[in-house]
Amino acid sequence: MTLADAAQRVTRAERRTPARSARRRRLSGGALLELVALLAVAVALLAPVVWMVITSFKTTNDTFAVPPKVFFTPTLEHYQAIIRDGTVPRALLNSVIVAVASTLLAIGLGVPAAYALARFDFRGKRDLWFWFISNRFLLPIAVALPFYLLGRNLGMLDTHLALVLVYLTFNVPLVVWLCVDQFRGITRDIEEAAYVDGLGVYAAFRRIALPLAAPGIVVAAILCFIFSWNEFLFALVLTRDSAKTAPVEAANFMTGFGVRWGPMMATGTLIVLPIIIFAGVLSKRLVKGLTMGAGK
Amino acid sequence: MTWHTAEKTVDAGRGTAVAATAAGHRRLRPRRRLRPAYRLPALLMLAPAVIALLAVGIYPTLFALNMSVHSVQLTKPYLGTPFVGLDNYATVLHDSLFWGALGRTAVFFLVTVPVELVAGVALALLLDGTRWRRLAAVVRILVVLPLAVTPTVVGLVGRLLFNRDFGVVNWLLGLVGLGPVSWLGEPTPAMMSIALTDIWQWTPFFTVVALGGLTMVPKEATEAVRLESSSRWAMLRHAQLPYLLPGVAAVLIIRTIDVVKLFDMVFTLTRGGPGVSTELISLYVQRIGFRVFDMGVASAQAVILLVLSILIAQLYVRFVYREVEA
Repeated sequence: MTLADAAQRVTRAERRTPARSARRRRLSGGALLELVALLAVAVALLAPVVWMVITSFKTTNDTFAVPPKVFFTPTLEHYQAIIRDGTVPRALLNSVIVAVASTLLAIGLGVPAAYALARFDFRGKRDLWFWFISNRFLLPIAVALPFYLLGRNLGMLDTHLALVLVYLTFNVPLVVWLCVDQFRGITRDIEEAAYVDGLGVYAAFRRIALPLAAPGIVVAAILCFIFSWNEFLFALVLTRDSAKTAPVEAANFMTGFGVRWGPMMATGTLIVLPIIIFAGVLSKRLVKGLTMGAGK
Repeated sequence: MTWHTAEKTVDAGRGTAVAATAAGHRRLRPRRRLRPAYRLPALLMLAPAVIALLAVGIYPTLFALNMSVHSVQLTKPYLGTPFVGLDNYATVLHDSLFWGALGRTAVFFLVTVPVELVAGVALALLLDGTRWRRLAAVVRILVVLPLAVTPTVVGLVGRLLFNRDFGVVNWLLGLVGLGPVSWLGEPTPAMMSIALTDIWQWTPFFTVVALGGLTMVPKEATEAVRLESSSRWAMLRHAQLPYLLPGVAAVLIIRTIDVVKLFDMVFTLTRGGPGVSTELISLYVQRIGFRVFDMGVASAQAVILLVLSILIAQLYVRFVYREVEA
């Protein structure tokens, strides 16, 4: 770009400025439209979840009211009912056990693997990395069928262990992907220096890299927890009763005559609550976990 | 502005969820040869994860492959599991219900994903460009909410909202003089209700990733475009699009595969009904496997789906990323 060109551009820009600000003032209609759109989006995003929570505090009569009641006397009867009944708390406990165990196992397996992929160079590393990630593309239904048969033969149906293991199919790739990234972000220099000081590879990993990568590992762990907590298909086909997780228990409310809306929404609220808290904490990182592999 | 510059900046920025797989690959290219002393540690660190994934991911898939060439009727154990060659595959390929389910899945994809893409990116542009900064900041936080909510529960809430007699959706329609619609009782409305629910849950996915891309648009690029033109379209086309495309393409791939996988939300919202009108492919395979208990045929279906999803992923990676890389 010649100097003359540039000068011409600047003048053109200057000439446009007054007209622009004038348009901006006149544009209040557009601004108003933006405001309405943003508010509508906010309501649309929140409404279903808020409605679930509201309904969980309504008496059965209020639930069926037309037009829908926004003001009503809240009741805890549904929460009391599901706690008294005991199946939902047990399912929630199962969910906690399975999600925590699978998360810890995935971290234990995935973090060292991620470290090796990030720090050591060897032939076929790219392929290995890609293979880890490609497990995200496995179809759950394709894995569920054989897992069901295997579990039946091994007497592992309806156990926590079966779910913990099958959840590794999505948790390990997640951990590997996020943590390879995390370890790559840490400079090698400290570890190199540690080697010179005579520290072994494992010690350098444990005492230097691991603490430095801790924030990323925690994020990976929370994401694993969320995905395990939300999982439904495997839990549906691999559990019957004693290892049944919360989403399966919630889905049970639709069977039989007369849906019990109150207890169902109360259960839904209890399931979603911890996830919303975690999601609030993670926000952007959550999406990083969702896009995994294909995104980077 | 070329693709190349966009990708380089993105790569250097180590931003969320953008840049092509190819870029990810390049970063992993070996920088130095592995010193012999590190060989054993590297092996020991990788082996457990590899073995675990082989055991829980690949082994069952091979198992399914094996089952798909045998007759496995769980309700008739006395038949044994004779080898039947490709019979199960022939059964699947001649099964109009399988094709029906696949067709419904395609329809569902065509109804939801384009809407999610356009609405999601539009929302990102709105959030990025609006002068209501505070409100936009709040919406940016809210937008993550649907992504995290348990899909099973989303389906159950959908049942409540779309209820014909006391659902909020019909009440709102009633306010403008429409309805009531029997959302879950008739084929087309049922399909619309699962589509709307899916759009609610996954439009934010495009939004958040597009927002990530927009934050990486360099100031110089936007200023340069502003000098040339004042239209929003020009800004999008010349400055923002190169940064939006890689992330959006990635989400498109993931959404495509997720639609093939989709099970939980539909299961609790319509259970595939009425009839089979919302029975998407994963629900159909599940029904054959776990309610009809014909594992051989179900495995053949699963294998076909697996191949299909790998093909989709490959196609996307080839076409979308090649363009990005060029």
